[in-house]
Amino acid sequence: MRKLKEFIIEKLILICGLASIFFVILIFLFLLKEGLAVFKTVSPFKFLFGKNWYPISEPAQLGILPLILGSLMVTVGAAIISIPIGVACALYIAEVAPTKTKEILKAGIELLAAIPSVVLGFIGMVTLVPWVKALFKLPTGLTALSGSIMLAFMAMPTIVSIAEDALYSVPKTYKEGALALGATHWQTIWRVMLPAASSGILAAVMLGIGRVIGETMAVMMITGNAALIPHSILQPVRTLTATIAAEMGEAVVGSEHYFALFAIGIVLFVLSFAINVTADLSLHRNKR
Amino acid sequence: MNVKTSQKIAFFFLFLATLLIVMPVGLIIVIIIQKGLPAINWQFLSDIPRQGMRAGGIFPAIIGTIYLVLGAIVFALPIGLMAAIYLSEYSRENFLTRMIKLAIVNLAGVPSVVYGLFGLALFVVFFKFGASILSGSLTLGIMILPIIITASREALESVPYSFREVSLSLGASKWQTIRHIVLPNAIPGILTGTILGLGRAAGETAPILFTVAAFYLPQLPKSIFHQAMALPYHLYVISTQVPNVDEKIRYGTALVLLALVLFMNLVAIIIRYKFRKKKKW
Repeated sequence: MRKLKEFIIEKLILICGLASIFFVILIFLFLLKEGLAVFKTVSPFKFLFGKNWYPISEPAQLGILPLILGSLMVTVGAAIISIPIGVACALYIAEVAPTKTKEILKAGIELLAAIPSVVLGFIGMVTLVPWVKALFKLPTGLTALSGSIMLAFMAMPTIVSIAEDALYSVPKTYKEGALALGATHWQTIWRVMLPAASSGILAAVMLGIGRVIGETMAVMMITGNAALIPHSILQPVRTLTATIAAEMGEAVVGSEHYFALFAIGIVLFVLSFAINVTADLSLHRNKR
Repeated sequence: MNVKTSQKIAFFFLFLATLLIVMPVGLIIVIIIQKGLPAINWQFLSDIPRQGMRAGGIFPAIIGTIYLVLGAIVFALPIGLMAAIYLSEYSRENFLTRMIKLAIVNLAGVPSVVYGLFGLALFVVFFKFGASILSGSLTLGIMILPIIITASREALESVPYSFREVSLSLGASKWQTIRHIVLPNAIPGILTGTILGLGRAAGETAPILFTVAAFYLPQLPKSIFHQAMALPYHLYVISTQVPNVDEKIRYGTALVLLALVLFMNLVAIIIRYKFRKKKKW
């Protein structure tokens, strides 16, 4: 009896252990199930590189190039801002800050990670957007730039905490060796620690970018949502994620528009999958 | 340039970068508290929204969020905990384990709006639950699974191996050892992860957009098969979809949501801190 109980529990545990794999596959299958239907009417090439996104006109034009470029522009902007600042902050916390300050700073970063994106979006709307509008004398502050700044901010916690872990996992002997040879602390950080932690820092950057690409609410609230091919960072853009969030409410289940939004979901899923797998491989190489 | 000077300059810039991140965090919290606090009173917390959400309170949204979060945890905690037990106690270093870990990383990285799509396709449309608390809770539950698994696994693995050896050598079975020796010692860590998961579920908007959230529903949900309002979605609605809402109401809603989420995080941090101090091994 007890053996039987133990057997059942162990099998249950195994099943739950496999649940993550099951859910990843399930998510992908359901995205495919609903999303692939769009390719009956639009070719994949036209879908990805079509220049017009007019999902409710007759006939619907379902080209997501403006959305891809919108996401790309916001992401590149956010990466340019967040990578140097994030890595510098990680260096400061891991190497320079005294122990007490370190704890406070880490708590602050954790706090930032905890703030819901809709709250950050709201704050962006009432502070950042008017600033951008006034600074560049624009008709509207809802621009790719506002989105980039906000997203950079949201990518920071990921970049800082993973980069910091990477710096910690550099063997102490490296640092001691460099210091013993007469290098200053900064020379040691710059020439020894940073290169030694590079693969972990790379993973940090990639996961930060993954966060940026997937971010939805804040972006939808402050980038202006114009589904046009952007020519400048001071124009409104619309990202892949914001398109799904803004339009799915109106799309009729089973319509072409509905399928197209799921197809965008497939694109996002594949992107995040690729980023996460690469980042994970990079982290693993670091550990060996 | 002197190496000492260049070190000073470099460290100054590192400090500046850190300030650039930490200062706005403080600023955001201060602004929301300062402008939101005047809106908070008993009526705001306990009344339904009135006059097209331009007056009244946010009670249904608070209750909706609590239902959603509880539903998510009821679903995610047992599965997440068992998955963590599998990874820490049963799995070996093989291909399967590697795949499970990769799947967890990927689940954590799936964009939140994609969870929304998935919840819509599976729970709302395929299982015909409709837009309901059930669909929303399950979607949020799957989303927070990686948080719970990762935190619980760390907690289980930090229990010293000798504890297990002693228990096993006294004749206890593997499950008895886990149940009576490993789990009790890992509870603070598991609790921390669970609360962090709760906080995440309470603040997310995109996964509930099409699975549960009601634009305006001035009554409490009657069962888990009904739609509900939720705080993050309500904040989105009153700050972008409804014109001429009093600033005070917006800030007040933001403050309630922020306070709820930060409170949970604070509790988690305190538990973790106390546990670290108390730990004797």
